[in-house]
Amino acid sequence: MAPAGPAARSIATLWWVMLIGAVLIFGLVMILLGLSFRRRGAAADEARHIRVWIISLGLAFPAAVLLLLLAYGLVIGEQLLPRNNPEAVSVQAEARRWAWTFSYDARPERTTQNVLHIPAGRPVDVAVTSEDVIHSFWVPRLAGKIDAIPGHVNILRIEADQPGTYAGRSAEFSGGGYDGFSFTVIAHDAAGWDAFLMDGTE
Amino acid sequence: MSILERHRKLTAIWSSEPGFKGWFSTVNHTDLGRMFLVTAFFFFLVGGVLAMLIRAQLATPDSAFMGPEIYNQVFTMHGTIMMFLFAIPMFEGLAIYLLPKLLGTRDLAFPRLTAYGYWCYVFGGTMLLVSMFLGIAPDGGWFMYPPLTGAIYSPGINTDFWLIGITFVEISAIAAAVEITVSVLKFRAPGMSLDKMPIFAWYALVTALMILTGFPPLILGSVLLELERAFGLPFFQAELGGDSLLWQHLFWLFGHPEVYIIFLPAAGIISTVLPVMCRTTLLGYGWIVAAIVALAFLSFGLWVHHMFTTGIPHMGLAFFSAASTLVAVPTGVQIFAWIGTMWKGRPELRLPMLHILGFFVTFVIGGLTGVMVAVVPFDWQAHDTAFITAHLHYVLFGGFVFPILAGLYYWLPHFTGRKRFFRLGEVAFALIFTGFHVTFLAMHWVGLLGQRRRISTYQAEDGWTAINLISSIGGFVLAIGIAIVVIEVALHAVTANRGKRNPWKATTLEWAMMTPAPAYNFASLPHISSREPLNDDPDLAVRLARGEGYLGDSGPGGRRETLTVNASSGQPDYHVIYPGNTRLPVFMAAVTGLFFLSLLLKFYWITPLAVSGVAFLACRWVWTLGHRGDLPDQPVGHGVALPNSIAVDHGSGWWGSLFLLTANATFFGSLLFGFAFLWTVAPGWPPPALFEPSLLEMAAGLAAAAASTAAIRRAIRANRNGQTVMPSLVLAIAGALVLGAVIGSLMLRTPGPSAHAYGATLLVLGGYGLFHAALGALMAGFLAMRVRRGFTSPVRRAEFPIVRLWIDYLAVVGMLVLLAAHVPGFLT
Repeated sequence: MAPAGPAARSIATLWWVMLIGAVLIFGLVMILLGLSFRRRGAAADEARHIRVWIISLGLAFPAAVLLLLLAYGLVIGEQLLPRNNPEAVSVQAEARRWAWTFSYDARPERTTQNVLHIPAGRPVDVAVTSEDVIHSFWVPRLAGKIDAIPGHVNILRIEADQPGTYAGRSAEFSGGGYDGFSFTVIAHDAAGWDAFLMDGTE
Repeated sequence: MSILERHRKLTAIWSSEPGFKGWFSTVNHTDLGRMFLVTAFFFFLVGGVLAMLIRAQLATPDSAFMGPEIYNQVFTMHGTIMMFLFAIPMFEGLAIYLLPKLLGTRDLAFPRLTAYGYWCYVFGGTMLLVSMFLGIAPDGGWFMYPPLTGAIYSPGINTDFWLIGITFVEISAIAAAVEITVSVLKFRAPGMSLDKMPIFAWYALVTALMILTGFPPLILGSVLLELERAFGLPFFQAELGGDSLLWQHLFWLFGHPEVYIIFLPAAGIISTVLPVMCRTTLLGYGWIVAAIVALAFLSFGLWVHHMFTTGIPHMGLAFFSAASTLVAVPTGVQIFAWIGTMWKGRPELRLPMLHILGFFVTFVIGGLTGVMVAVVPFDWQAHDTAFITAHLHYVLFGGFVFPILAGLYYWLPHFTGRKRFFRLGEVAFALIFTGFHVTFLAMHWVGLLGQRRRISTYQAEDGWTAINLISSIGGFVLAIGIAIVVIEVALHAVTANRGKRNPWKATTLEWAMMTPAPAYNFASLPHISSREPLNDDPDLAVRLARGEGYLGDSGPGGRRETLTVNASSGQPDYHVIYPGNTRLPVFMAAVTGLFFLSLLLKFYWITPLAVSGVAFLACRWVWTLGHRGDLPDQPVGHGVALPNSIAVDHGSGWWGSLFLLTANATFFGSLLFGFAFLWTVAPGWPPPALFEPSLLEMAAGLAAAAASTAAIRRAIRANRNGQTVMPSLVLAIAGALVLGAVIGSLMLRTPGPSAHAYGATLLVLGGYGLFHAALGALMAGFLAMRVRRGFTSPVRRAEFPIVRLWIDYLAVVGMLVLLAAHVPGFLT
């Protein structure tokens, strides 16, 4: 939970909001549960119990909370989608057991193994697919994950705020070599990105 | 007749054979319920040992305890055993044991089917255990995603054990679901209308209906994947027109309802036990029933939330995200209805109540994290990490194991007639509760730090060492707690510490009998006028034992008998005579096992023999029922006389067929969904060559389908009017055979089944149609034999409508198969 890009950051914020909400709701339920053990005087009638417990707390309360949360999640999800952006860089990621091959629209003949080079501060659309079984492309500090499915191409937008090296993992069980199946993302500054595209060395 | 004489006489009629021989021939629901529960608990312990192996492996970084080959088998089997061999059978066992007692009747609708289901479960489960001890257990994760589980990447027999073993076990789930549905709807005490049923019966009914509609997609998926593995039909291979996403849809179409199939019975236990522990009645019975039904419907609309990272368009995800969060509303209604029940009454901290409190704490957390992962962007991060593992354990352990333990301690006096002597349960609860939360709270955390699920090891520099060690220690504390429960139950069973009847002062009917329960449940059946029969009449048990209810005088020729009621009103409907002890179910389960074994070991020459064997035994099974002479209406007491079950239009067999066909139609519907899905979504479509259509064949098939349904209807009319039915039955058989022949021709002419998923799917559609054509012809032929031997008459008519159901189903299926194959060819 150390976000280093806009997508990971907004998901992290979402998490903290949900965690606080969840703790509050959990506390409320526990208090109500605890209070039920109190000694009480005359019991209220059944209809009133139904109004309080089932209609207000059981129906209205969760419905309201969930609608708010759903709207919030939808907005964030929409922001994370790979929309048209002239700044965006396109790369391809193809998984196989157990290596990733990355290629670059800006330099079609160039491919790299297990290391993805991206420019920092620009959105990058990764087109993810697989040539054997299902894998998943995941750079935890930059964004969420997307599956690599044979026969399908899925696009994930990632972005790194700062140049640096970020760990990537394949997050769908793929058999014997799954434990060590990881890759690295190197985010370059503008000069470094140009240099990467120009010369052949990695 | 005194109480004791009546007890002796009924026991002689109803009891199983003594000793271990009785296990194989019993058809009694009390015995089979106990056997189910013990077997399921055994599998729980096996799954638990596997969990301990997993925690031992992950306790330290760079662990050399198990290599990935073994570890992959261990976590796959842990999930598989807990889901399929523990949770579902546990529900089945509890429902089989309790339902007739709660509903005030003497047995379930189909006693031999109960036994057959049990043996399918035992044999299928044994297959999986054997694979584990031979070190060739399934290793693709409990949801078995292809292509990883396809023949190319998993060439061994491991995956076949899963596909074939689990399908075998699922027969028992379908059998139990049919059984429970018909029993709840028809086999109740007179006067018990739907709104007077104990709440557990509602939970069991809805759960059973969900099994009938939730399991067939998985069975279909398993069949398709096994066909791909064994015969190269490419349903899931992208380069040949298949799509691995099809498996994910079919699997989660089952997999998400499955979560509620597991949770609902547990909630039923809470709704039953909690009011008793609070000395009050359940708050909002009608609301809870509505919530259960809503939950069942919603749960079928959210399977895609397991597939948020598969690249489905975001607006599509939004729909499923909404459904996934909305499902929390009916759950919320139940939670708050329970807390309201506690406020309404005076809760007492007895042992079952402790486990219910454990449920509340755990399940509420699990529900809240569930809402979190239902929010799409968060799931993009959390998917496939230990956070998900932790979440699902909170839901399943909190939502199933704690309630089951509450139910175990609540009904233990009922199972044994004894009371607890050594008070170990409170200690066990403390260990289980603490151990569980230490294990899985830590797992949430390490998941957020990026630990993926299913890794067999990690490095020290990942920084997860301390958390994993804490988690493992918690896991072992939990295991010690479970071990103490086992010890306590064992001690309970060996100490002869007689308890008194109805120790909790409950108001439901299962306590209106002596404990342990007699084989016949009730010496006579009560008349029900409220939801709290023991509250209305505290002496009900004695009055029933004296034979003051219905069927107080044991019936014709000392046979097992009960009566059924109208499904909604609870008015008495017809009189039932049950079959007695028999080894037929265990034989039939063994021959069914031979069928699955022949597929597993690829001894395909045995397969047709096994299928014929099952068909032969099934015919014997049905042949033993019925009478060759008309029976007078049977007096059942209180001035009521009821017709026998063979002298009605809609007998138990008709109801059973109706619900079996519901499951069957879901299977066929899933197959059609798969066909449409591949056509529209999979890469590599349209196929290189379409099926060559033939107007002649299609017209002949459609006409044959129409003729067979018309013929069976004519046969029913002729039988009612006392005319000869043979010509109509022969026409029905001929119709089914012609339809079968046309479908067979379709299968022979299917273009390249192993070259493209199109041909493969057509072949399966055809195979399904052909099977039903053979079945329809067999059933109509069987009915003709029964007619010849004098088992039917204008009064004894119950068998005709059953055959009509299956012939009608055949006609619909046959027409759809023909249209799906021929029409696309005409359109191009």
